[in-house]
Amino acid sequence: MDFLRPQTWPEALARKAERPAAVPIAGGTDVMVEVNFDRRRPEALLDLTRIPELTGWERDERAIRIGANVTYTRVIEELGAELPGLAMASRTVGSPQIRNRGTIAGNLGAASPAGDAHPILLALGASVEAESVRGTRLIPAVEFYVGVKRHSLAPDELIRAVHVPLSPGPQQFSKIGTRNAMVIAVCSFALALDVPARRVGTGIGSAAPTPRRAVAAEDYVSGALPWESRDPIPDGVGARFGELVAQTASPIDDVRGSAAYRRHALAVLARRNLAWAWKEYQCA
Amino acid sequence: MRLKMTVNGESRDADGVWPGESLLYVLRERLGLPGSKNACEQGECGSCTVYLDGVAVCACLVAAGQAVDREVITVEGLADGDRLDPVQECFVQAGAVQCGFCTPGLIVATHDLIARNPSPSDEEIREALAGNLCRCTGYEKILDAVRAAARRKAAQT
Repeated sequence: MDFLRPQTWPEALARKAERPAAVPIAGGTDVMVEVNFDRRRPEALLDLTRIPELTGWERDERAIRIGANVTYTRVIEELGAELPGLAMASRTVGSPQIRNRGTIAGNLGAASPAGDAHPILLALGASVEAESVRGTRLIPAVEFYVGVKRHSLAPDELIRAVHVPLSPGPQQFSKIGTRNAMVIAVCSFALALDVPARRVGTGIGSAAPTPRRAVAAEDYVSGALPWESRDPIPDGVGARFGELVAQTASPIDDVRGSAAYRRHALAVLARRNLAWAWKEYQCA
Repeated sequence: MRLKMTVNGESRDADGVWPGESLLYVLRERLGLPGSKNACEQGECGSCTVYLDGVAVCACLVAAGQAVDREVITVEGLADGDRLDPVQECFVQAGAVQCGFCTPGLIVATHDLIARNPSPSDEEIREALAGNLCRCTGYEKILDAVRAAARRKAAQT
């Protein structure tokens, strides 16, 4: 095994082009577990922690571009006001030590169906900035996840940043686990209200081979909410929304929970998240 | 590979490091610093918590090569010679140590917590220490120690 330590972004891209099997490592919170347990012996580790281009974030009118090395702790502390849903999800990751190292880009690179950042990235319509020596492209989150722990990056591509739209509206994220820290989600759900567009975005985690949107539930609830009057959610709408979310999932039975429990819990999470977000909208 | 890093204020070299090796392994097996404990090797237990450039991390999840030219502070680096750090003293006085295996990680995590937040609530203490496991059922004493350390820190500042 080799340990590659590029100092600049162009150098990192060149290394990845020469050695497509090199595994990128930033926080190490996933990669090092696999190496420590001998589950993976990559031919090389490509350390991205020395690359200044990846350590910052920047904002334009529509989105925040979060560099691949920005940790969960920094998302919580620096971006919590503008990206509340992503900050909520970040707070549920691991422990302080894990959040001090782990990154959104690393969550994407691991592409676990249970990754905590994925549901809100889907709900907000985020995109992944992937780059190689061949050029740069933006991959919508909805097209990024292609299978269990599989993503749509080409072998020579690296994640440079994540573009998260600034959504003018309330956001929520909830996750089921056996304790309040250090848990891999049994299932999770994120929701974002895009108030000007009168649209509700959703994301389901840990209840299908990939994170996924609940499109039918989005279409239904976006049309059923009293956006203009800001009245309470009509009777039955929350429950129907929850049902449609649960129907979109395709969970399995595993050590963390049964498929039936996941479906039930998702319906509850969806209904509650909608109620919390709507209450915030009514008070705004 | 050969690595150079600063550990507890001293420049240290390690030779013959395997590229997949963790910072924890280098500290314990190559630099003779066994204070950071090796238990879960997956970031679950917190017993290997160290500072890397001032940030509390699990040393088992840092590739050794990532620590090159960085500054590492381990539990061994907190005391001033024979004079324990106040956090260490509070753990001793509160009886927050049983088998002692989780203690180094808890000391570093507590040191980090009260440096950032000198008067944490109980909820904040629990949250800050959520990634440090004790299996001797010593959490109540540990909480006593953290509260005492925070009071001492607040009294100083």
